[in-house]
This record gives sequence, structure tokens and C-alpha cells, in this order.
Amino acid sequence: MMPAATPSDAAAPDAPPGPWREFWGYFSANRGAVAGLAIVVAVLSLAAFANVLAPYPPELTNNAVFLKPPAWQEGGSWAYPLGTDAIGRDMLSRLIHGARLSLLIGIAVVALSIVVGIVLGLVAGYFRGVTEIAIMRLMDIILTLPSLLLAIVIVAILGPGLMNAMLAVAVVVLPHYVRITRASVIAEMSKDYVTAARAGGAGRIRLMVNEVLPNCAAPLIVQATLGVSTAILDAAALGFLGLGAQPPLPEWGTMLADAREFVLRAWWVVTFPGLMILVTVLAFNLLGDGLRDALDPKLKR
Amino acid sequence: MSARPLPTDVLPGRAGTPVVVARDVKRIYEIRRGAFRPPARLQAVGGVSFDVEAGRTLAVVGESGCGKSTLARVVSLLEAPSAGTLVLNGVDAVHVSPKAKRLLRRSVQMVFQNPYGSLNPRKKIGAILEAPLEINTELAPPAREERAKAMLARVGLRPEHYVRYPHMFSGGQRQRIAIARALMLNPALVVADEPVSALDVSVQAQVLNLMADLQDELGLAYLFISHDLGVVRHIAHDVLVMYLGLAMEQGPTARIFARPLHPYTQALLASVPAMAGAARVRRVPLAGELPSPLNPPHGCVFSTRCPYAIERCREERPESRPLDGRAVACHLAERFLEPPPAGAGGTGQP
Repeated sequence: MMPAATPSDAAAPDAPPGPWREFWGYFSANRGAVAGLAIVVAVLSLAAFANVLAPYPPELTNNAVFLKPPAWQEGGSWAYPLGTDAIGRDMLSRLIHGARLSLLIGIAVVALSIVVGIVLGLVAGYFRGVTEIAIMRLMDIILTLPSLLLAIVIVAILGPGLMNAMLAVAVVVLPHYVRITRASVIAEMSKDYVTAARAGGAGRIRLMVNEVLPNCAAPLIVQATLGVSTAILDAAALGFLGLGAQPPLPEWGTMLADAREFVLRAWWVVTFPGLMILVTVLAFNLLGDGLRDALDPKLKR
Repeated sequence: MSARPLPTDVLPGRAGTPVVVARDVKRIYEIRRGAFRPPARLQAVGGVSFDVEAGRTLAVVGESGCGKSTLARVVSLLEAPSAGTLVLNGVDAVHVSPKAKRLLRRSVQMVFQNPYGSLNPRKKIGAILEAPLEINTELAPPAREERAKAMLARVGLRPEHYVRYPHMFSGGQRQRIAIARALMLNPALVVADEPVSALDVSVQAQVLNLMADLQDELGLAYLFISHDLGVVRHIAHDVLVMYLGLAMEQGPTARIFARPLHPYTQALLASVPAMAGAARVRRVPLAGELPSPLNPPHGCVFSTRCPYAIERCREERPESRPLDGRAVACHLAERFLEPPPAGAGGTGQP
């Protein structure tokens, strides 16, 4: 990974390993994290190749097969490996396409809140004083409200729908990013390399973006990974309450809500979307934990 | 160890030009003590005057909390002085437009104490060295790279270090990189805030010799902050002894080390550990702690710990006055002229 480490470089036989190799060493020692990474990669490829992998279009209904059980159960058929839902749509295809939506939600929410959070956190940590107080107290107010309740209020104001649900979740998770950024910025600002850059004539923007921000990246990466799972979960909850993605979109939370009345008759219509949420969220959490252990110097052995 | 020969003969053109002229520089911090009490005034630097000429080194010594690092920050234009005048390269650095200040800032660069904190861990050495050029000059990237590599060679590192990260270097190498960065803009003055105190002794000598060589080559002026008197004696032409934000004694290194005229300087020199010999016997340990700068003593600031203090010292603050080729702020300084000094460490040159 290090461009400097050419084979002819006799100068550093015992030089410390490059940051990437060092990172991978710590990360791969954590089996849960590697499993999480594998599942995340699998879900990502499901989402990327949904059109190829899914046997049917997700919204295609078949009048002949309402609530068909999974293939291995009596009455099931391999035409519909995971069975069908109440209006004869293939569960497997819907779950595969749902991966697309859930990842889109997770990544879009995190991207939105991390960008806004970094800007607010940088400004608060760099300027301190009144600016900091204003930003941080606003974030405290957001934090005092129960997250799902706040998301519901925001969706109620904006109207239900996938976009608004994502916006709502982004607002709810924003304070975490602001706080993390601000804390790391304050810690980094006191270091000498910042003073050296100032002595070298660096302006405010350059100091903030070029010097300080890259050193705040590690906790933000970890929080972002963990944040994807929170976002998927919150968006699924909103979908379940009928405030997120609207039917017939194959979003996992919405699928759960649609299938609620069949819980007792057809276990597969609720179990599989629930399992997908569980596994994906768990995988992102494991990945995030592993990243934190690998990136946090205080936890290094 | 003795003071190095003055490099005036090396650079007759630049030597002798004052790079920094500081007159009665003060830096006062206001400390809020709650809503209903007036803010306290903390005088970190309480009126210090000095000149540093091109090719010369002024060492500022004193114990922790005496204001030497604040002085370094003021001279490096990182903080504005609360009062007094500061002239850098012939330009008034206090009353100056922000634009002119940016230009002026290029002529003063800093080297920091901790080489592990002073290099951005996310940037390659090349990027660290080129950043000042990128900000301040119009040089194209290839020209910047060339200059950075030339500077690496000059501080004793190899061109292939250009693409490495700071964590791949030892403390001494990092300090070399920090020095290289400080020199990228061809400054007239380098403010070094305890540049070797975080390094082990063998590496200290290498870095100090590097700094001395660079001074001879480039005619740099150094403001060298230190508490290590052995280092100061090795590198400095002049010494400024600070106590509680005030100059106690200042003058040529050789003179001060040979015969310190201020009791505080004597105590500092006596505190240098000596292995054997006469210096070892005559130790006068300094009792007590540095008084709070929020509440400095009324008379001479050193009077609370001075073994010779008389009534006058506690009532009247001594002004800095010339005596025996230096400036000293002590009512009793004449007393120490004869006989040969008590407690002077070692065998300095007269």
C-alpha cells in the first residue's frame, strides 16, 4: 500500500508497516468484524446485481399463488423458493430488491448527516465561543427528543414517503456526527502541527479542511458504519408505521407492515424481511465495532 | 562545551542586521472568574526587550511557567503582544495590516518541542514540506518538489523520505523534518521552542549541530527557548534569563555563564548537575515554587525566593540596568562582581 516501499528500498527493512497493512492486521484479528464485512459485501452485491439475481420483478403478482409457503415446506415449490406474499409476489425477489432500498437508505442518510455534521462540528470546534454554544445546544435539543418520535414528527410535517423518511432519520442522527467532529477538532486544534500550519500562513479553510479534518476521520468512519445500521433500522421502523417507503416498494420495513395480518397463517412473509433487517444491521454493527477497534490507537494491543 | 565562534565572518553582508527588535513586549491574558468579579490579569510576559541579529542565537531560559513559550508565540506572530513594540525585518509587526502580516509571517517560522505532535500524521513528508510553498508562492508542483527534496538533503535526510509518512520516522528524524519545514520559506528568524528537550541526548547533539550548521550557511537568527543550560551554553550567543515574565539578566552567553550577576541566574546555573569538582560544592538550592503570575510579588519578583533579598527588594522593583557588559535587574548586582562568583556552574570563558 505504501508507494515508498519499493523492493530496492534497503533503507527500511524494519520500518513499521504501512498504515493500511497495520489496519488490516488489527481488523482481521477480529473474526466478528470479518464476518460482518463479508455479510455487508454480500448484501452490497445482492443490491448491485438485483436485476440479475432476482427470479422475478419485485412488483410482479401472480393470482395463482397467494401466500405460497417456502419450497421446503409442504405446498411449496422451487419456482418460489421463499414463498409468496398475500398478493402472489415472490418473496425472494422482493427481499433482493429490498437490499437495494435498505442500503440506499442507510448510505444516503449517513452521507447526508455526516456532511452536515462535519460542517457544523468543524465550525463549532474551530470557532468556539458563541457559535459553538449555538450549534451544540441546538444539537442537545435534538438529542433530548426520543429519536423515533422526532422522526415521526418530521415525517408528519413533511408527509410520508421514502425521501422524507430518509430526511427525518438524517436529522435524528445528526447530533452524533456533530459531537464527534467537534470533539476531535478540539483535540486536534491544540496540537503543534496546526500551529505550524498557521505559522506557514495557512488560512482558516485550509486549516479546517486540509489539516484538522483528515485526523478526525477515524471516529467518523466508525460512527458512519454504525450509523448505516441505525438508519436502516429507523427507516424500517418508519416503513412499518406506514410513514416511510410506501407500498408496493419492496422495502423491508414496509414488507413487514404489509404482512402483519398474516403473521399467524404464513410465518414466512414476516420472518424473512425481519431476518434480513436483523442480519444486515448486525453485520454493519460488527463491521463498525471492528473498525473502531482497528482505528482507535487506545485499544491497540 | 563553550560558545561557538561567532559566524559574523562567514556572512558579513547579513550579520549585524537586527532581525527582531522587541521593546517592552507584554502579553497579558484576561482570565474570567465568573459573572460578578472583574477578570483577573495574568501577565505572562511583562515587558521584555531584546534584539536578535542575523546569524545570532538568543536563548531564552527560565523554569516552567516563566513565560518563555508565550514570548515565543508572540515573536512568531501567533499572538499579538498586549503592549510594546515588535519589529521584524525592519517592519512593525504590531500595527500592520492583515495582508502585510501574512507576508511578514513568512519571515518567522517555528520549530516545536514535541516532534510527534508537530507533523500532521495524515500527510506525507513531501506534502508537509510543500504546504508553506503552496500557500505562499506561485511555484509549480515540480519546482516545489525539487525544493522540498533539496531541503531534505540539507537537513540530512534522503530524497526517498519524501513519500513517507511521519510515523515512519524516529524522533530525531522528525525534528529534522520540522526544521526543514521551518526553512522552506527562507525565514530570517526561526523560533525554536525547546526543540531538543524531547530527544535523547545523542540525538540532541545531532539536531543542535544541524541547527548550528544551518545558521552558518543561511545566516539565520534563532530565538531558542530552553530550560537546558548545557544546550544553551552550546548553541547561544546571547542569553535572556526570564522569571515570572520578566527579564532578570540578559547578555552574552560567555559572560553570563562565567559570572552570573543575578541571584536567579546563579541559582539556575547552580542547579545544573555537576559530576565533580568545585562547582559541586557550591550549590545553593532554590527553595519554594514560582509565585502565581496572577499575584506577583510587589517588589522584585524574585524577592520571595532570593537568598540575598533585603527590605528594598521587597518594596521596589529593580529596573534592568547595564553592568559588566550585560543587563541585570537586581539592586544588589554589584555585590556579585567581586569576588569570583559563588555558585557559577563550571568553567565558563570570561
